[in-house]
Amino acid sequence: MNTGPLHRFLMWVDQRTGLNALLKKALGEPIPGGARLAYIFGSGLIFIFILQAITGVFLTLYYVPSADHAYSTVSYITKEVTSGSFLRSLHAYGSSAMVIILILHVTQTIIYGAYKRQRELLWLSGCFLSVLILGMAFTGYLLPWDQKAYFATAVGTNIATEVPLVGDLIKRFMRGGNDLGTLTLSRFFSAHVLFIPAAIGAMVSIHVYLFRKAGAAGPFTHTPTLHHQQNSEPFYPKQLLMDLGLALLLIAMLSMLAHFHPYELGPQANPADTHYLGRPEWYYRPVFQWLKYWKPPYTAIGILVIPLVVAVIFAALPFLDRHTERHPSKRPIVLSTYAFVLALLVLLGRQSYLDDSDTPAVLNQMTKQELEVEEIMSRPFEPEVSGVIVATTPPAVTIKGRQTYELQACDACHGHGGSGGPGASKLTGIGSKYSTEQLMTLLKHPDEKMIAGGMIPSQLRERELKALVEYLRSLK
Amino acid sequence: MRRALMEDKPVIPDFLERRSFLTIIIAFGTVAIGAMLSIPLLRFAFHPLLAKTTETGWSTVGSIDEFISITGPVKRIISVEQRDGWRKNVSDKAVYVIKKADSRLVVLSPICPHLGCPIAWSEEKKQFLCPCHVGIFAPDGAKVAGPPPREMDELNIKIEGKKLLVQYQYFRSLVPTKEVMA
Repeated sequence: MNTGPLHRFLMWVDQRTGLNALLKKALGEPIPGGARLAYIFGSGLIFIFILQAITGVFLTLYYVPSADHAYSTVSYITKEVTSGSFLRSLHAYGSSAMVIILILHVTQTIIYGAYKRQRELLWLSGCFLSVLILGMAFTGYLLPWDQKAYFATAVGTNIATEVPLVGDLIKRFMRGGNDLGTLTLSRFFSAHVLFIPAAIGAMVSIHVYLFRKAGAAGPFTHTPTLHHQQNSEPFYPKQLLMDLGLALLLIAMLSMLAHFHPYELGPQANPADTHYLGRPEWYYRPVFQWLKYWKPPYTAIGILVIPLVVAVIFAALPFLDRHTERHPSKRPIVLSTYAFVLALLVLLGRQSYLDDSDTPAVLNQMTKQELEVEEIMSRPFEPEVSGVIVATTPPAVTIKGRQTYELQACDACHGHGGSGGPGASKLTGIGSKYSTEQLMTLLKHPDEKMIAGGMIPSQLRERELKALVEYLRSLK
Repeated sequence: MRRALMEDKPVIPDFLERRSFLTIIIAFGTVAIGAMLSIPLLRFAFHPLLAKTTETGWSTVGSIDEFISITGPVKRIISVEQRDGWRKNVSDKAVYVIKKADSRLVVLSPICPHLGCPIAWSEEKKQFLCPCHVGIFAPDGAKVAGPPPREMDELNIKIEGKKLLVQYQYFRSLVPTKEVMA
């Protein structure tokens, strides 16, 4: 027998912790019928949850959950912090991976009839976990505070108003007020990093405990009696190896995606932008499409009643489907219904994308938005100017310039403060693109594109022109 | 209690002894995942050690030409930009540009090294005067009279093209030598 220092150290630890017995219990879990690839999704979910927890905790090193700063801090993470874009992308794409693996886990459970007989609570805890995971995706989506985050959450929280009697109260509770604002962001942040993760942690413990209590269901040729141990193989090492394989595959794919296709950050949330077309993440697209088909006075039926009925039937599955038969070919109703719902969701999602690409106006706007996102991503990080410590008053010359800007009706086309308008480009940030001399020349001799847009050559005196240019260059 | 512990013979977890090949694969896989994740995580957390997250930038005082023929101290308002992570503070500060006897340009901080009051240039007396405790400095910043422990503080400058740039800093008061405040 080995009596080296490592062995003695392990003995010392084991005497005080009982680690060996614990590991044996954890790793010796009997798997009826032996290890299978079909069983890897549960631990896959735990792996992604841990991955999300770790990356999420690290992201809070730089993130600030306030409507004033959230966007700047996420931009800082994306553009300046070492490995920031990678970790943020890992976290953002991780949510998609979570949803995919969740669907696979549920599908496996349904095909294998693994919810049957004495596994009702296990199934219910799983349903609860699914809702919590979707809640994580929903709350996390708002945190970057860019346009798509803002509008997706605006739509998402608006759905609550369809609930009879208390709909408005629910919406106000979720938003922390009537409108989406900094309180919404605080609430979503707390929910995303404290409340929901705590609930998930507790629920995962219950789910795993109930799973171990009931025992793995095994192949669907078996009847689902408890502690079915004949022809069983321990979890370690083969099943663990398969589970680890999935974990490796997931992290490799997520890393490649994060590295080669970093998750984007769009323009900062601007509630006043009435042109913006908000679109949710792909896994909410089917629901998004579904909502389109329900017009008043039937909205409540489509948005509330039908999804609720489906959810209740889904959660009640082990109570409704009580037969001991687990073979999929002998359970046509459950399987075909599940396949139908899944297919319907896929078709709805697909239709949502088709609708967008078939409507020229929508396609146009979406392309414009994509180009804007690209442009923003290529721009270097611009720190937020802090007005807390020192408030700088603009120099007299820019005040003069602003008067000229407004008197000459520049704002009629270029918008208030150079914010841009329907007919003309915005002027904010123009100071970083053109020098004073270049701008003076352009104002006196506009180029073809500008003339085509209706720009008139300036007739201003040199001094006024100079003040105007100073003002334009100060626009942020 | 102690006897019970001694009698209870623990064994190394079985998985350490048997199936060693699979154990190695599992260990390797776990380490691979850990490494793939911990490198970016550590780089992310150590970002403030890998790059500058806080710094005071160089501010433009003006074009060199403006100061070539100055005869006495010239007061200028500069815009000081301090980076602080994802934000920056922009503030206006006054500085004095002077020409030394060897016609070298020097930029002086207007903060009195005594107790930090703003020093003013008096055109009629041709002296720098601190209004708080009557510290007096010569036109080149040298201490003439009063409680200040040292001469007026020189700021770091550099010339880029035709521009005079200055790095605005604060210095410890009440000490005889110039010490930059962190």
